[in-house]
Amino acid sequence: MEVPILKQGHYLIASIQSALTDADLSQLREALIERVGKFRARGVIVDVTALDVMDSFAVRTLRDIAHMARLRGAETVIVGIQPEVAFAMVQLGLTLKGVSTALDLEEGLLFLDQQAKLRVERGTGRIDRG
Amino acid sequence: MAAKGKDPSPVQDALAQPESTAVLLRELVAHLRQNRTQLREEWARRITRAQLLTAMTEEEIFAEATSVYDNYVEALETGTFEALQAYARNLSERIIPRGVETHEVVGIVLLLRDVLARSLFGKYHEDFDKLNRILDAYEPAANRIANTVAVGFVQERERIIRQQQEAIRELSTPVLQVRERLLILPIIGVIDPQRARQLTEQLLRAIRTNRAKVVVIDITGVAAMDSNVANHLVQTVEASRLLGATVIVTGLSPEIAQTLVTIGVDLSEMATVGDLQGGIEEAERLLGYKVLPLEEVTPKA
Repeated sequence: MEVPILKQGHYLIASIQSALTDADLSQLREALIERVGKFRARGVIVDVTALDVMDSFAVRTLRDIAHMARLRGAETVIVGIQPEVAFAMVQLGLTLKGVSTALDLEEGLLFLDQQAKLRVERGTGRIDRG
Repeated sequence: MAAKGKDPSPVQDALAQPESTAVLLRELVAHLRQNRTQLREEWARRITRAQLLTAMTEEEIFAEATSVYDNYVEALETGTFEALQAYARNLSERIIPRGVETHEVVGIVLLLRDVLARSLFGKYHEDFDKLNRILDAYEPAANRIANTVAVGFVQERERIIRQQQEAIRELSTPVLQVRERLLILPIIGVIDPQRARQLTEQLLRAIRTNRAKVVVIDITGVAAMDSNVANHLVQTVEASRLLGATVIVTGLSPEIAQTLVTIGVDLSEMATVGDLQGGIEEAERLLGYKVLPLEEVTPKA
């Protein structure tokens, strides 16, 4: 089951529609990394709203995506983690430490915009947080 | 086998015609139905004399007595107890809010059992063996009925208690929205694993519903901080972050701060501020709010 990846400006948005096998997850990771390079994306959003369970492989894959994307110059945000999933994750000790998260797609895009702005300002040596 | 022509003794008679339990039950059920009115009245009188069901009026007692009596006799007749069980739960649901206690319910069922048994003594007292057989049929069924009603009542009480406990738990950890995207969770009292779980689930649902970006958890009122409670807190903070919310923990006393450090809890993900006021101010800053005093309007000259 291939996950659809949309391009929105400088961002890539991967919307997971249903439960994924380990193979699907690995394929998603490869597809995203390839496209980050191909389109010189600045941000990646992975939307997991449709998942009502996430195992350790899924969490590890998301972490890998975030790390690899950052190596290629893109910031990753995981959005749409459900309350029950979040609870189960912390109980099992599966963390997304070092990976940005947001409530939903809208918040995720806002976050990426803010990050982009900060990067530009840092580049010009001026920080304006008016 | 009875020899023909001889005068049959009562014992031989009994051996010659052993009735089945079903036949006996039918016989006694017929008797109980026939004398329904007076037996029911006798029962209601004994209930009042024993000062049971004081929370109910006489009319109410009579109405309930009628349906209990009918259900009792029907259970004896059919030998099945599902209908009785359903009736017992239904009855309990109605009378528990009225303040009826377990001993009262068990008491009235045993009184009915006694009233009916004595009525059977009265009818069959001249035929001791028949009486014995009748009681052999009656006793197990009557015991089962008393059991079914008592258990039904207790189960209903337990269900209500569980329901109330759940309601209390929900009330005691309110998640409050004080600004757009800002939630406050004041925790008061003892945190056991069950409450910690309920608290976390409630908070996560609230974060999603209110689209909160910042949560201030105040632990001023937390009774005791040990490694379990600390871990619950850390888990709550982590889970909130997964939903995109930042958590600020406030109300740490110097003792609790020391405890947390000693235990070795990972505080890197947890922002803390001394008191609730400071926490709310920090939260507002994070959200881009600034609170200013209203300016005085000076009249122009």
